[in-house]
Amino acid sequence: MRAAGKAYIAGIYEHPTRKADDKSLAQLHAEVAKGALEDAGLSKNDVDGYFCAGDVAGWERPGTGPLSIIDYLGLKLRHLDSTESWGSSYLVHVAHAAEAIAAGNCNVALITLAGRPRAEGMQTGTKAEAAKGLDAPEAQFELPYSPTVVGLYAMCAMRHMHEFGTTPEQLAWIKVAASHHAQHNPHALLRDVVTVEDVVNSPIIADPLHRLDCCVITDGGGALVVVKPEIAKSLNKPRVKLIGSGYAPKYQHGGRVDITSSGAIWSGPRAFTEAGVTPADIKYASIYDSFTITVLITLEDLGFCKKGEGGKFVADGNLIAGQGRLPFNTDGGGLCNNHPSNRGGMTKVIEAVRQLRGEAHPRVQVKNCDLALAHGTGGALPTRHGSATLILERE
Amino acid sequence: MTQARRMPAPQPSAETQAFWDAAKQGRLLLRRCNACGEVHFYPRTICPFCFSDDTAWLKSKGLGTVYAFSVMRRGPPFALAYVTLDEGPTMMTNIVDCDLDALRIGERVRVVFKEADRDYRIPVFTLA
Repeated sequence: MRAAGKAYIAGIYEHPTRKADDKSLAQLHAEVAKGALEDAGLSKNDVDGYFCAGDVAGWERPGTGPLSIIDYLGLKLRHLDSTESWGSSYLVHVAHAAEAIAAGNCNVALITLAGRPRAEGMQTGTKAEAAKGLDAPEAQFELPYSPTVVGLYAMCAMRHMHEFGTTPEQLAWIKVAASHHAQHNPHALLRDVVTVEDVVNSPIIADPLHRLDCCVITDGGGALVVVKPEIAKSLNKPRVKLIGSGYAPKYQHGGRVDITSSGAIWSGPRAFTEAGVTPADIKYASIYDSFTITVLITLEDLGFCKKGEGGKFVADGNLIAGQGRLPFNTDGGGLCNNHPSNRGGMTKVIEAVRQLRGEAHPRVQVKNCDLALAHGTGGALPTRHGSATLILERE
Repeated sequence: MTQARRMPAPQPSAETQAFWDAAKQGRLLLRRCNACGEVHFYPRTICPFCFSDDTAWLKSKGLGTVYAFSVMRRGPPFALAYVTLDEGPTMMTNIVDCDLDALRIGERVRVVFKEADRDYRIPVFTLA
């Protein structure tokens, strides 16, 4: 990105629902858009750029999804971006919005995410990774083996344990930390504080991951409003500026498979270099938490600790606000709070902005939080995923 | 513990029909690039490493080691795995017809073929 410091996140909204039997998908997009614009103090008619990904209604007919939702929302646009990178899409959208604003293509960018997998009956460990067209080139070489999402991430955990001696108890600490935060979030799906023993004694879904190593399945969504500096300065909110971003896909690379690291090994350094800061400077981190192992591998890849030492880094409450070195996912994250549409990137950005504004719950608010990181891992870590890192600063 | 699960049929393309025809005859095919010499998986006509279109089928010996696996415990257990073939590439597969509770990373395995829908046969692995 060559737009560092030229755009601000001015509006955020996380839908309070976690089960949306009584709402349509398009309606959820509209509700989160309305919420984020009201939070910013802007109106629909101010929006001239719109960003969405594969969760918009009608995406199954290629080309119609983004236009359908623009029609539904009644947006008058001069910029559209429907970059799709699964759960990391919304972090990519923030970076693209900043670039579009810096280029003069739009002034007020709206980003929405919504979904209702829970209302549709989805259960953990049952869905093949490839909820995708059978004409995806890899489908014929993978679908016969029933690669559920949890099974794919479980292989990462198994290999990480094999290479580095990581333990189930160390992974469990990630869920324990998330649960400590979720107890203060009235909207969180799971608000009970859990112990390491609770996690490792919960049923195995896919060796070595237990039920409590997995994120929740929830309905709802969220939205962001990204604006140019002149508009940010006219609004009545603490200003949160994007100062660095990085993106990188990682995949099986023709059979040269390496599943103990993610694309964060590339997206992270790009974002840190652009922002001119280091992992040691970060006061709060939103880390994509589809599973506990996702967090552990990402923390290593972003440089918060050395490769292989993630287990030691996350243990003993080091991710718990008020106790540990690196408070993470203070809304309870995808592990306890919300993972709308099976895409956790939106809520990662929202909680980072809350922290920078000083609007997190007082029990988890990081003191003097002026520098935060948000990271998304969209897709499946071992097969193919897109990693996106944002570094945000309170001005 | 064995694998009782019936596998869905693959959907071959013009690019991959030879792979699935060979599998029906008990042969695992890989793709090798004549320009850079690298073997890749899954097979493509254009090499994913050097982008040469001078690629050809290579019959695998069908031997490898378990790189990673996970035994899925919802419903009848089965082992999702990555196996690193002796020819180099690592491929997604299942490990079958062995004690899944005793399975370990690094074990030697050999290819076998399991019946799938529509008379297709899918390459999977069992202990060598």
